[in-house]
Amino acid sequence: MFFDLYNYWIVFVLMMIGLYMVINQSNLIKKLIGLNIFQTSVFIFYISVGKVNGGSAPIFSSTETLYSNPLPHVLILTAIVVGIATMALALALVVRIKKAYGTVEDSELQEKDPKC
Amino acid sequence: MTAIAIARTTDLFAAVMLSGIYGLVSASFFVALDAVDVAFTEAAVGAGIFPLLMLVVLGVTGRYEKTALKPQKAALMKKVAVVITMVITGGLLILGTMDMPAFGDPEAPAQQHVNIRYIEQSPEEIGIPNMVTSVLASYRGYDTLGEVLVIFTAAMGVLALFSSQLFVTRKLSVKIKKDDMHDHNVLRIVSKILIPLILLFAFYVQFHGEYGPGGGFQAGVIFAAGIILYTMLYGLDKARQVIKPGVLRVLCALGVFIYGCTGVVSMLSGGNFLDYSVLASDPIIGQHLGILVIELGVGITIAAGMILIFFAFSHQAESQLGEE
Repeated sequence: MFFDLYNYWIVFVLMMIGLYMVINQSNLIKKLIGLNIFQTSVFIFYISVGKVNGGSAPIFSSTETLYSNPLPHVLILTAIVVGIATMALALALVVRIKKAYGTVEDSELQEKDPKC
Repeated sequence: MTAIAIARTTDLFAAVMLSGIYGLVSASFFVALDAVDVAFTEAAVGAGIFPLLMLVVLGVTGRYEKTALKPQKAALMKKVAVVITMVITGGLLILGTMDMPAFGDPEAPAQQHVNIRYIEQSPEEIGIPNMVTSVLASYRGYDTLGEVLVIFTAAMGVLALFSSQLFVTRKLSVKIKKDDMHDHNVLRIVSKILIPLILLFAFYVQFHGEYGPGGGFQAGVIFAAGIILYTMLYGLDKARQVIKPGVLRVLCALGVFIYGCTGVVSMLSGGNFLDYSVLASDPIIGQHLGILVIELGVGITIAAGMILIFFAFSHQAESQLGEE
Protein backbone atom coordinates (compact mmCIF):
# COMPACT_ATOMS: atom_id res chain seq x y z
CA MET A 1 0.00 0.00 0.00
CA PHE A 2 2.68 2.42 1.11
CA PHE A 3 4.90 1.64 -1.84
CA ASP A 4 2.08 2.16 -4.31
CA LEU A 5 2.86 5.84 -4.09
CA TYR A 6 6.42 5.58 -5.34
CA ASN A 7 5.69 7.58 -8.50
CA TYR A 8 5.08 10.67 -6.38
CA TRP A 9 8.37 10.18 -4.58
CA ILE A 10 10.33 10.15 -7.82
CA VAL A 11 8.55 13.33 -8.85
CA PHE A 12 9.33 15.07 -5.57
CA VAL A 13 12.98 14.03 -5.54
CA LEU A 14 13.38 15.47 -9.05
CA MET A 15 11.43 18.55 -8.08
CA MET A 16 13.66 19.18 -5.08
CA ILE A 17 16.84 18.75 -7.13
CA GLY A 18 15.48 21.28 -9.57
CA LEU A 19 14.49 23.71 -6.83
CA TYR A 20 17.90 23.29 -5.19
CA MET A 21 19.59 24.23 -8.43
CA VAL A 22 17.38 27.24 -8.93
CA ILE A 23 18.04 28.58 -5.44
CA ASN A 24 21.61 27.62 -4.76
CA GLN A 25 23.39 27.88 -8.10
CA SER A 26 24.80 31.23 -8.87
CA ASN A 27 25.18 30.65 -12.60
CA LEU A 28 22.07 31.72 -14.50
CA ILE A 29 22.34 28.94 -17.09
CA LYS A 30 22.57 26.40 -14.32
CA LYS A 31 19.47 27.90 -12.77
CA LEU A 32 17.63 27.43 -16.06
CA ILE A 33 18.70 23.80 -16.32
CA GLY A 34 17.37 23.39 -12.77
CA LEU A 35 14.11 24.97 -13.84
CA ASN A 36 13.96 22.49 -16.70
CA ILE A 37 14.35 19.56 -14.29
CA PHE A 38 11.63 21.01 -12.09
CA GLN A 39 9.40 21.31 -15.13
CA THR A 40 10.01 17.70 -16.16
CA SER A 41 9.11 16.51 -12.69
CA VAL A 42 5.71 18.15 -13.07
CA PHE A 43 5.32 16.47 -16.47
CA ILE A 44 6.07 13.09 -14.93
CA PHE A 45 3.58 13.83 -12.16
CA TYR A 46 0.75 14.47 -14.61
CA ILE A 47 1.53 11.50 -16.81
CA SER A 48 1.81 9.13 -13.88
CA VAL A 49 -1.56 10.30 -12.58
CA GLY A 50 -3.06 9.40 -15.95
CA LYS A 51 -1.62 5.89 -15.99
CA VAL A 52 -4.06 3.01 -15.51
CA ASN A 53 -2.77 -0.42 -14.55
CA GLY A 54 -3.11 -2.81 -17.49
CA GLY A 55 -4.21 0.02 -19.75
CA SER A 56 -2.68 0.68 -23.13
CA ALA A 57 -1.78 3.84 -25.01
CA PRO A 58 -4.95 5.83 -25.79
CA ILE A 59 -5.20 4.94 -29.46
CA PHE A 60 -8.42 3.14 -30.28
CA SER A 61 -8.09 -0.45 -31.40
CA SER A 62 -10.55 -3.27 -31.51
CA THR A 63 -8.50 -5.57 -29.31
CA GLU A 64 -8.05 -3.20 -26.36
CA THR A 65 -10.67 -2.06 -23.93
CA LEU A 66 -8.67 -0.34 -21.20
CA TYR A 67 -6.75 2.84 -21.99
CA SER A 68 -4.73 5.31 -20.01
CA ASN A 69 -6.19 8.77 -19.54
CA PRO A 70 -5.62 10.87 -22.68
CA LEU A 71 -6.27 14.24 -21.02
CA PRO A 72 -2.98 14.59 -19.08
CA HIS A 73 -1.16 13.52 -22.24
CA VAL A 74 -2.69 16.40 -24.16
CA LEU A 75 -1.90 18.91 -21.44
CA ILE A 76 1.72 17.82 -21.10
CA LEU A 77 2.31 17.45 -24.81
CA THR A 78 1.55 21.10 -25.33
CA ALA A 79 3.28 22.09 -22.09
CA ILE A 80 6.57 20.61 -23.31
CA VAL A 81 6.55 22.69 -26.47
CA VAL A 82 5.44 25.83 -24.62
CA GLY A 83 8.16 25.06 -22.08
CA ILE A 84 10.92 25.05 -24.68
CA ALA A 85 9.60 28.27 -26.18
CA THR A 86 9.57 30.10 -22.85
CA MET A 87 12.96 28.57 -22.04
CA ALA A 88 14.27 30.10 -25.24
CA LEU A 89 12.94 33.46 -24.11
CA ALA A 90 14.76 33.05 -20.77
CA LEU A 91 17.97 32.11 -22.56
CA ALA A 92 17.62 35.19 -24.73
CA LEU A 93 17.40 37.29 -21.58
CA VAL A 94 20.54 35.58 -20.25
CA VAL A 95 22.40 36.41 -23.43
CA ARG A 96 21.32 40.03 -23.11
CA ILE A 97 22.47 40.09 -19.47
CA LYS A 98 25.82 38.72 -20.52
CA LYS A 99 26.07 41.47 -23.10
CA ALA A 100 25.12 44.23 -20.69
CA TYR A 101 27.10 43.13 -17.63
CA GLY A 102 29.72 40.75 -19.00
CA THR A 103 28.80 37.97 -16.61
CA VAL A 104 26.08 35.44 -15.93
CA GLU A 105 26.94 34.82 -12.27
CA ASP A 106 24.28 35.97 -9.88
CA SER A 107 26.73 37.17 -7.21
CA GLU A 108 28.79 39.25 -9.62
CA LEU A 109 25.64 40.75 -11.07
CA GLN A 110 24.64 41.98 -7.64
CA GLU A 111 28.04 43.55 -7.08
CA LYS A 112 27.85 45.39 -10.38
CA ASP A 113 24.33 46.60 -9.92
CA PRO A 114 23.41 46.85 -6.22
CA LYS A 115 19.93 48.04 -7.07
CA CYS A 116 18.73 44.70 -8.36
CA MET B 1 20.04 10.02 -11.24
CA THR B 2 21.29 12.02 -14.15
CA ALA B 3 19.71 14.99 -12.45
CA ILE B 4 22.06 14.72 -9.48
CA ALA B 5 25.07 14.62 -11.77
CA ILE B 6 23.80 17.76 -13.52
CA ALA B 7 23.46 19.53 -10.20
CA ARG B 8 26.98 18.58 -9.14
CA THR B 9 29.07 19.38 -12.18
CA THR B 10 30.53 22.81 -12.71
CA ASP B 11 31.33 22.15 -16.35
CA LEU B 12 28.32 23.59 -18.10
CA PHE B 13 29.06 21.68 -21.29
CA ALA B 14 28.80 18.41 -19.40
CA ALA B 15 25.64 19.64 -17.71
CA VAL B 16 24.01 20.34 -21.07
CA MET B 17 24.99 16.95 -22.45
CA LEU B 18 23.66 15.27 -19.34
CA SER B 19 20.39 17.14 -19.67
CA GLY B 20 20.13 15.72 -23.18
CA ILE B 21 20.43 12.23 -21.73
CA TYR B 22 17.94 13.20 -19.06
CA GLY B 23 15.47 14.19 -21.77
CA LEU B 24 15.88 10.85 -23.50
CA VAL B 25 15.45 8.94 -20.25
CA SER B 26 12.27 10.80 -19.42
CA ALA B 27 10.99 10.13 -22.93
CA SER B 28 11.39 6.39 -22.42
CA PHE B 29 9.74 6.83 -19.05
CA PHE B 30 6.72 8.32 -20.80
CA VAL B 31 6.54 5.35 -23.17
CA ALA B 32 6.45 3.06 -20.16
CA LEU B 33 3.55 5.13 -18.84
CA ASP B 34 1.58 4.71 -22.12
CA ALA B 35 2.03 8.32 -23.16
CA VAL B 36 3.46 7.76 -26.62
CA ASP B 37 2.56 11.19 -27.97
CA VAL B 38 4.23 12.89 -25.04
CA ALA B 39 7.29 10.68 -25.39
CA PHE B 40 7.63 11.75 -29.01
CA THR B 41 7.60 15.40 -28.07
CA GLU B 42 9.93 14.99 -25.13
CA ALA B 43 12.44 13.03 -27.23
CA ALA B 44 12.53 15.76 -29.86
CA VAL B 45 12.54 18.67 -27.42
CA GLY B 46 14.36 17.34 -24.36
CA ALA B 47 17.03 15.41 -26.20
CA GLY B 48 17.12 17.50 -29.36
CA ILE B 49 16.28 21.17 -29.34
CA PHE B 50 16.94 22.04 -25.70
CA PRO B 51 20.60 20.88 -25.59
CA LEU B 52 21.32 22.43 -29.00
CA LEU B 53 19.90 25.77 -27.90
CA MET B 54 21.87 25.56 -24.67
CA LEU B 55 25.07 24.83 -26.57
CA VAL B 56 24.65 27.93 -28.69
CA VAL B 57 24.09 30.02 -25.58
CA LEU B 58 27.17 28.51 -23.96
CA GLY B 59 29.12 29.65 -26.97
CA VAL B 60 28.21 33.19 -25.92
CA THR B 61 28.38 32.99 -22.15
CA GLY B 62 31.36 30.74 -21.59
CA ARG B 63 31.72 27.12 -20.69
CA TYR B 64 32.71 27.02 -17.07
CA GLU B 65 30.84 28.03 -14.02
CA LYS B 66 32.87 30.24 -11.74
CA THR B 67 33.55 28.71 -8.38
CA ALA B 68 34.74 30.59 -5.34
CA LEU B 69 38.38 29.76 -4.72
CA LYS B 70 37.94 29.03 -1.04
CA PRO B 71 34.60 27.84 0.25
CA GLN B 72 33.30 30.84 2.10
CA LYS B 73 31.47 30.32 5.29
CA ALA B 74 28.44 32.30 4.14
CA ALA B 75 28.12 30.17 1.02
CA LEU B 76 28.30 27.02 3.09
CA MET B 77 25.67 28.31 5.46
CA LYS B 78 23.46 29.15 2.54
CA LYS B 79 23.88 25.68 1.13
CA VAL B 80 22.94 24.05 4.44
CA ALA B 81 19.92 26.31 4.77
CA VAL B 82 18.80 25.48 1.22
CA VAL B 83 19.20 21.75 1.76
CA ILE B 84 17.20 21.92 4.99
CA THR B 85 14.45 23.82 3.19
CA MET B 86 14.49 21.22 0.42
CA VAL B 87 14.16 18.33 2.87
CA ILE B 88 11.29 20.02 4.71
CA THR B 89 9.43 20.93 1.52
CA GLY B 90 9.99 17.49 0.02
CA GLY B 91 8.90 15.82 3.24
CA LEU B 92 5.71 17.86 3.39
CA LEU B 93 4.92 17.07 -0.24
CA ILE B 94 5.41 13.36 0.37
CA LEU B 95 3.23 13.61 3.46
CA GLY B 96 0.62 15.24 1.24
CA THR B 97 0.60 12.25 -1.11
CA MET B 98 -0.51 9.87 1.62
CA ASP B 99 -4.12 10.52 0.64
CA MET B 100 -3.45 10.30 -3.06
CA PRO B 101 -4.74 7.29 -5.01
CA ALA B 102 -2.22 4.53 -5.62
CA PHE B 103 -0.18 4.50 -8.81
CA GLY B 104 -2.16 3.07 -11.74
CA ASP B 105 -5.39 2.74 -9.79
CA PRO B 106 -8.31 2.58 -12.29
CA GLU B 107 -10.70 3.90 -9.59
CA ALA B 108 -8.74 7.12 -9.04
CA PRO B 109 -10.73 10.37 -9.35
CA ALA B 110 -8.64 11.47 -12.30
CA GLN B 111 -9.93 8.47 -14.23
CA GLN B 112 -13.61 9.13 -13.46
CA HIS B 113 -14.98 12.24 -15.11
CA VAL B 114 -14.36 13.59 -18.60
CA ASN B 115 -11.94 10.79 -19.28
CA ILE B 116 -14.72 8.23 -19.68
CA ARG B 117 -16.40 10.33 -22.30
CA TYR B 118 -13.15 10.90 -24.17
CA ILE B 119 -12.38 7.21 -24.25
CA GLU B 120 -15.86 5.87 -24.98
CA GLN B 121 -17.28 8.54 -27.24
CA SER B 122 -14.41 10.07 -29.15
CA PRO B 123 -13.92 7.22 -31.66
CA GLU B 124 -17.58 7.65 -32.71
CA GLU B 125 -17.87 11.42 -32.34
CA ILE B 126 -14.63 12.42 -33.98
CA GLY B 127 -14.00 9.31 -35.98
CA ILE B 128 -10.26 9.06 -35.44
CA PRO B 129 -8.53 6.41 -33.37
CA ASN B 130 -5.92 8.56 -31.61
CA MET B 131 -7.75 9.97 -28.61
CA VAL B 132 -4.92 12.32 -27.75
CA THR B 133 -5.28 14.03 -31.10
CA SER B 134 -9.04 14.29 -30.86
CA VAL B 135 -8.88 15.80 -27.36
CA LEU B 136 -6.08 18.13 -28.37
CA ALA B 137 -7.55 19.39 -31.59
CA SER B 138 -11.27 19.14 -31.09
CA TYR B 139 -12.51 18.95 -27.50
CA ARG B 140 -9.86 21.30 -26.18
CA GLY B 141 -9.24 23.30 -29.34
CA TYR B 142 -9.35 26.59 -27.41
CA ASP B 143 -6.48 25.58 -25.15
CA THR B 144 -4.39 24.50 -28.07
CA LEU B 145 -5.04 27.76 -29.88
CA GLY B 146 -3.86 29.57 -26.76
CA GLU B 147 -0.73 27.49 -26.55
CA VAL B 148 0.14 28.05 -30.17
CA LEU B 149 -0.23 31.76 -29.52
CA VAL B 150 2.12 31.51 -26.53
CA ILE B 151 4.76 29.89 -28.70
CA PHE B 152 4.28 32.53 -31.36
CA THR B 153 4.65 35.25 -28.74
CA ALA B 154 7.77 33.64 -27.31
CA ALA B 155 9.37 33.49 -30.74
CA MET B 156 8.53 37.15 -31.30
CA GLY B 157 9.91 37.96 -27.85
CA VAL B 158 13.23 36.31 -28.65
CA LEU B 159 13.43 38.25 -31.89
CA ALA B 160 12.60 41.48 -30.07
CA LEU B 161 15.34 40.87 -27.51
CA PHE B 162 17.93 40.34 -30.20
CA SER B 163 17.09 43.38 -32.25
CA SER B 164 19.37 41.87 -34.79
CA GLN B 165 20.36 42.12 -38.39
CA LEU B 166 18.97 38.64 -38.94
CA PHE B 167 16.66 39.72 -41.72
CA VAL B 168 19.22 41.78 -43.54
CA THR B 169 21.16 39.69 -45.99
CA ARG B 170 24.77 39.91 -45.00
CA LYS B 171 27.49 40.63 -47.48
CA LEU B 172 29.05 37.34 -48.37
CA SER B 173 32.56 38.78 -48.31
CA VAL B 174 32.40 39.00 -44.51
CA LYS B 175 33.54 35.51 -43.80
CA ILE B 176 33.81 34.39 -40.24
CA LYS B 177 36.73 32.15 -39.63
CA LYS B 178 35.88 28.56 -40.28
CA ASP B 179 35.67 26.46 -37.18
CA ASP B 180 36.45 22.79 -37.03
CA MET B 181 32.85 21.72 -37.23
CA HIS B 182 32.57 22.75 -40.87
CA ASP B 183 35.39 20.47 -41.90
CA HIS B 184 34.17 17.33 -40.21
CA ASN B 185 33.67 14.92 -43.07
CA VAL B 186 32.12 12.12 -41.07
CA LEU B 187 29.57 14.43 -39.49
CA ARG B 188 28.72 16.02 -42.80
CA ILE B 189 28.13 12.76 -44.60
CA VAL B 190 26.18 11.15 -41.80
CA SER B 191 24.01 14.23 -41.45
CA LYS B 192 23.48 14.37 -45.19
CA ILE B 193 21.94 10.92 -44.97
CA LEU B 194 20.03 11.64 -41.79
CA ILE B 195 18.52 15.08 -42.39
CA PRO B 196 16.21 14.11 -45.29
CA LEU B 197 14.99 11.16 -43.26
CA ILE B 198 14.30 13.39 -40.25
CA LEU B 199 12.33 15.81 -42.40
CA LEU B 200 10.42 13.00 -44.09
CA PHE B 201 9.64 11.51 -40.72
CA ALA B 202 8.33 14.87 -39.57
CA PHE B 203 5.87 14.92 -42.46
CA TYR B 204 4.79 11.38 -41.69
CA VAL B 205 4.19 12.32 -38.07
CA GLN B 206 2.27 15.39 -39.18
CA PHE B 207 -0.19 13.63 -41.42
CA HIS B 208 -0.44 10.35 -39.61
CA GLY B 209 -1.23 11.99 -36.28
CA GLU B 210 -4.85 10.96 -36.41
CA TYR B 211 -4.14 7.26 -36.60
CA GLY B 212 -0.92 6.75 -34.72
CA PRO B 213 0.98 8.81 -32.19
CA GLY B 214 1.90 12.17 -33.63
CA GLY B 215 0.46 15.48 -34.73
CA GLY B 216 1.37 19.08 -35.34
CA PHE B 217 3.34 19.66 -32.15
CA GLN B 218 5.58 16.64 -32.59
CA ALA B 219 6.01 17.15 -36.31
CA GLY B 220 6.90 20.80 -35.78
CA VAL B 221 9.67 20.08 -33.32
CA ILE B 222 11.05 17.16 -35.31
CA PHE B 223 11.17 19.26 -38.47
CA ALA B 224 12.83 22.10 -36.58
CA ALA B 225 15.38 19.68 -35.10
CA GLY B 226 16.31 18.56 -38.61
CA ILE B 227 16.86 22.12 -39.81
CA ILE B 228 18.73 23.04 -36.63
CA LEU B 229 21.07 20.09 -37.14
CA TYR B 230 21.73 21.39 -40.63
CA THR B 231 22.45 24.86 -39.28
CA MET B 232 24.85 23.50 -36.67
CA LEU B 233 26.86 21.61 -39.27
CA TYR B 234 26.86 23.93 -42.25
CA GLY B 235 26.70 27.29 -40.54
CA LEU B 236 24.01 29.91 -40.36
CA ASP B 237 24.81 31.52 -43.69
CA LYS B 238 24.10 28.37 -45.67
CA ALA B 239 20.98 27.63 -43.69
CA ARG B 240 19.69 31.13 -44.31
CA GLN B 241 20.08 30.58 -47.99
CA VAL B 242 17.97 27.45 -47.74
CA ILE B 243 15.25 29.03 -45.60
CA LYS B 244 14.92 32.78 -45.48
CA PRO B 245 14.25 34.18 -42.00
CA GLY B 246 11.73 36.58 -43.47
CA VAL B 247 9.76 33.66 -44.89
CA LEU B 248 9.93 31.94 -41.52
CA ARG B 249 8.52 35.00 -39.81
CA VAL B 250 5.56 35.01 -42.17
CA LEU B 251 5.07 31.25 -41.80
CA CYS B 252 5.12 31.53 -38.03
CA ALA B 253 2.24 33.98 -38.13
CA LEU B 254 0.49 32.06 -40.92
CA GLY B 255 0.14 28.96 -38.76
CA VAL B 256 -1.71 30.88 -36.04
CA PHE B 257 -3.77 32.55 -38.75
CA ILE B 258 -4.82 29.21 -40.26
CA TYR B 259 -5.84 27.97 -36.84
CA GLY B 260 -7.88 31.06 -36.04
CA CYS B 261 -9.51 31.11 -39.46
CA THR B 262 -10.67 27.53 -39.07
CA GLY B 263 -12.51 28.66 -35.98
CA VAL B 264 -14.04 31.63 -37.77
CA VAL B 265 -15.06 29.54 -40.76
CA SER B 266 -16.82 27.05 -38.53
CA MET B 267 -18.59 29.97 -36.87
CA LEU B 268 -19.66 31.35 -40.24
CA SER B 269 -21.03 27.95 -41.23
CA GLY B 270 -23.34 28.05 -38.26
CA GLY B 271 -21.45 26.19 -35.56
CA ASN B 272 -19.50 27.30 -32.52
CA PHE B 273 -15.95 28.65 -32.70
CA LEU B 274 -13.68 25.69 -33.54
CA ASP B 275 -16.60 23.30 -33.91
CA TYR B 276 -15.56 21.33 -36.98
CA SER B 277 -18.70 19.25 -37.38
CA VAL B 278 -20.25 21.92 -39.59
CA LEU B 279 -17.32 22.16 -41.99
CA ALA B 280 -18.63 19.36 -44.20
CA SER B 281 -22.01 17.78 -44.79
CA ASP B 282 -21.05 14.81 -42.63
CA PRO B 283 -19.93 15.77 -39.07
CA ILE B 284 -17.24 13.06 -39.02
CA ILE B 285 -15.71 14.26 -42.28
CA GLY B 286 -15.96 17.82 -40.96
CA GLN B 287 -14.07 16.83 -37.84
CA HIS B 288 -11.42 15.09 -39.93
CA LEU B 289 -10.99 18.13 -42.10
CA GLY B 290 -10.89 20.54 -39.18
CA ILE B 291 -8.31 18.53 -37.28
CA LEU B 292 -6.15 18.11 -40.36
CA VAL B 293 -6.17 21.84 -41.04
CA ILE B 294 -5.47 23.02 -37.52
CA GLU B 295 -2.76 20.39 -37.03
CA LEU B 296 -1.17 21.82 -40.13
CA GLY B 297 -1.42 25.31 -38.63
CA VAL B 298 0.13 24.10 -35.39
CA GLY B 299 2.92 22.30 -37.23
CA ILE B 300 3.79 25.33 -39.33
CA THR B 301 3.88 27.71 -36.38
CA ILE B 302 5.94 25.41 -34.18
CA ALA B 303 8.48 24.51 -36.85
CA ALA B 304 8.89 28.09 -38.03
CA GLY B 305 8.98 29.46 -34.47
CA MET B 306 11.63 27.00 -33.29
CA ILE B 307 13.85 27.52 -36.34
CA LEU B 308 13.46 31.28 -35.99
CA ILE B 309 14.45 31.16 -32.32
CA PHE B 310 17.47 29.06 -33.16
CA PHE B 311 18.49 31.35 -36.02
CA ALA B 312 18.25 34.35 -33.71
CA PHE B 313 20.48 32.67 -31.15
CA SER B 314 23.12 31.47 -33.54
CA HIS B 315 23.15 34.82 -35.31
CA GLN B 316 23.76 36.44 -31.96
CA ALA B 317 26.55 33.98 -31.19
CA GLU B 318 28.21 34.49 -34.55
CA SER B 319 28.13 38.25 -34.40
CA GLN B 320 29.59 38.05 -30.90
CA LEU B 321 32.44 35.92 -32.22
CA GLY B 322 32.89 38.32 -35.06
CA GLU B 323 33.37 41.24 -32.69
CA GLU B 324 36.04 39.54 -30.62
